[in-house]
Amino acid sequence: MLEIGLSHYLTVAAILFTLGIFGIFLNRKNVIIILMSVELMLLAVNINLVAFSTHLQDLVGQVFAMFVLTVAAGEAAIGLAILVVYFRNRGTIAVEDINLMKG
Amino acid sequence: MPNHAVPDFAPAAPEIFLAGAAMALLMLGVFRGDGSSRLVSWLSVLSLIVAFFMVQMLPDGTGITFAGMFITDPFAVFMKSLVLIGSALAIVLSLGYVRAEGFERFEYPILILLASVGMMMMISANDLISLYMGLELQSLPLYVLAAFKRDSTRATEAGLKYFVLGALSSGMLLYGCSLIYGFAGTTNFTALADSLRGSEDVSLGLLIGVVFLAAGLAFKVSAVPFHMWTPDVYEGAPTPVTAFFATAPKVAAMALFLRAMLDPFANLVSEWQQIIVFVAVASMILGAFAAIGQRNIKRLMAYSSIGHVGYALIGLAAGTETGVRGVLIYMAIYLAMTAGTFACILCMRQKEGMVESIDDLSGLARTSPLMAAAIGIFMFSLAGVPPMAGFFGKLYVFKAAVDSGMYLLAVIGVVTSVVGAFYYLRIVKLMYFDEPAEAFEKPAGMELSLVMAGTGLFTLFFFVYPAPLVLWAQAAAAALLG
Repeated sequence: MLEIGLSHYLTVAAILFTLGIFGIFLNRKNVIIILMSVELMLLAVNINLVAFSTHLQDLVGQVFAMFVLTVAAGEAAIGLAILVVYFRNRGTIAVEDINLMKG
Repeated sequence: MPNHAVPDFAPAAPEIFLAGAAMALLMLGVFRGDGSSRLVSWLSVLSLIVAFFMVQMLPDGTGITFAGMFITDPFAVFMKSLVLIGSALAIVLSLGYVRAEGFERFEYPILILLASVGMMMMISANDLISLYMGLELQSLPLYVLAAFKRDSTRATEAGLKYFVLGALSSGMLLYGCSLIYGFAGTTNFTALADSLRGSEDVSLGLLIGVVFLAAGLAFKVSAVPFHMWTPDVYEGAPTPVTAFFATAPKVAAMALFLRAMLDPFANLVSEWQQIIVFVAVASMILGAFAAIGQRNIKRLMAYSSIGHVGYALIGLAAGTETGVRGVLIYMAIYLAMTAGTFACILCMRQKEGMVESIDDLSGLARTSPLMAAAIGIFMFSLAGVPPMAGFFGKLYVFKAAVDSGMYLLAVIGVVTSVVGAFYYLRIVKLMYFDEPAEAFEKPAGMELSLVMAGTGLFTLFFFVYPAPLVLWAQAAAAALLG
């Protein structure tokens, strides 16, 4: 039977992290998707931290994961607030419309 | 060491005071309403000044507390002093603008105070966890500040862009932190330095972690190739907010960059040095060439700041004590001349409102000679023309590069300085030799004139008596590397 070890967790986290980065750069539709991608990146980091924490038998990683969770919540709140303000001004949150400044 | 004793709060006293002051002023603002914003602003400046003196009163030497998470040393004192001065200047610069543009709200200085606490935490971070928490405490208020002018499409767009790219950079930095933790087994800088000392083969995972960490930090100092947010955010954000972005957070991020690279990963210097060299060269070149075509002065200052970060990073690339000293002097001088330049930009007000095009400066020498002289001083200094302060900033980092044998880096620095001088001197030419455009509204406001005069005199007369700053930076650099 396949033993699930550290490397499996790390692989999953790396895949999730890459998905998050590509979600930010390749998505041309909606800013909400970008916010979801950012969350995906942070969760990938949390998987990393917790996997390392159990592997090393050291609690610091889990403490770190708690801090990351807390900050991620605050970050999402601020991101959504800015998005609401932006929507009120422009009436759209399509990524391709965020182009007032260029160069 | 599981110890449940109360930690020593004394080394963190300035941060604790500032956080408490921010909350007390928030209460004051909430109960007194929007009419109190001027009072809250001045009280915030007062708190920053008090915090500045508390930082100076910290005992000499290194103090570590909160189970090794927090460190104060002469390096931290130097950088915190710069950050506090920068934040106080940013609040003072905003006073006239917020009144004229009608977004006088008391949250503004409080957000700056909270961001300053975050910056001081970054400077004092001695652990990956406190590094991350400090960085986020700094970044979150900055996202809000960028979008602070809620009814402006440009400001909200700037806030949105800054948020998305800032969150991306935090994610990368954090991924790096997780890899470093996993492959080194600790998050503490001291323990990391100990575990890396003398070990020949470093695991690949740890190196990848350090690269991610450096990428995240390069993002925060807006170095190429992680600079794309800078021009848009600088242009879109309200001008006093841009002035803040260009000063204190840059200094804090640079301090964090120095500490993270030179304290825990000092032994990997041969690994990260090539990254820093590349980033520095790319930033200098982009800063010199991309600014040539800009007509908007805030956008021009954005590219200028990218270039200046490149010059400062030369000192980090050298990785020596003279290099760090060079970076510290550079950041101090950069802070003064950028704050002064933005004080001038904030004076660019015509009848219809603020203007931002460099063509509006045409013939300024005839309509307001004093302001033209001030801008002239700052432009010569930014370009690095002796005897202005900016020249000495560059001199110290180039000297460090030459001392450690990086001749090519110093040569590229000199060449890009010459190219960059073109667009700075073009502004001087516009002011002194072109036909006058519409004059700016007067008076410019007491606060702006004072900031302009103070930073202008510092920039102009730095060469007369540079010893205090140089010696202070020397002691700070020795503490970081010692």
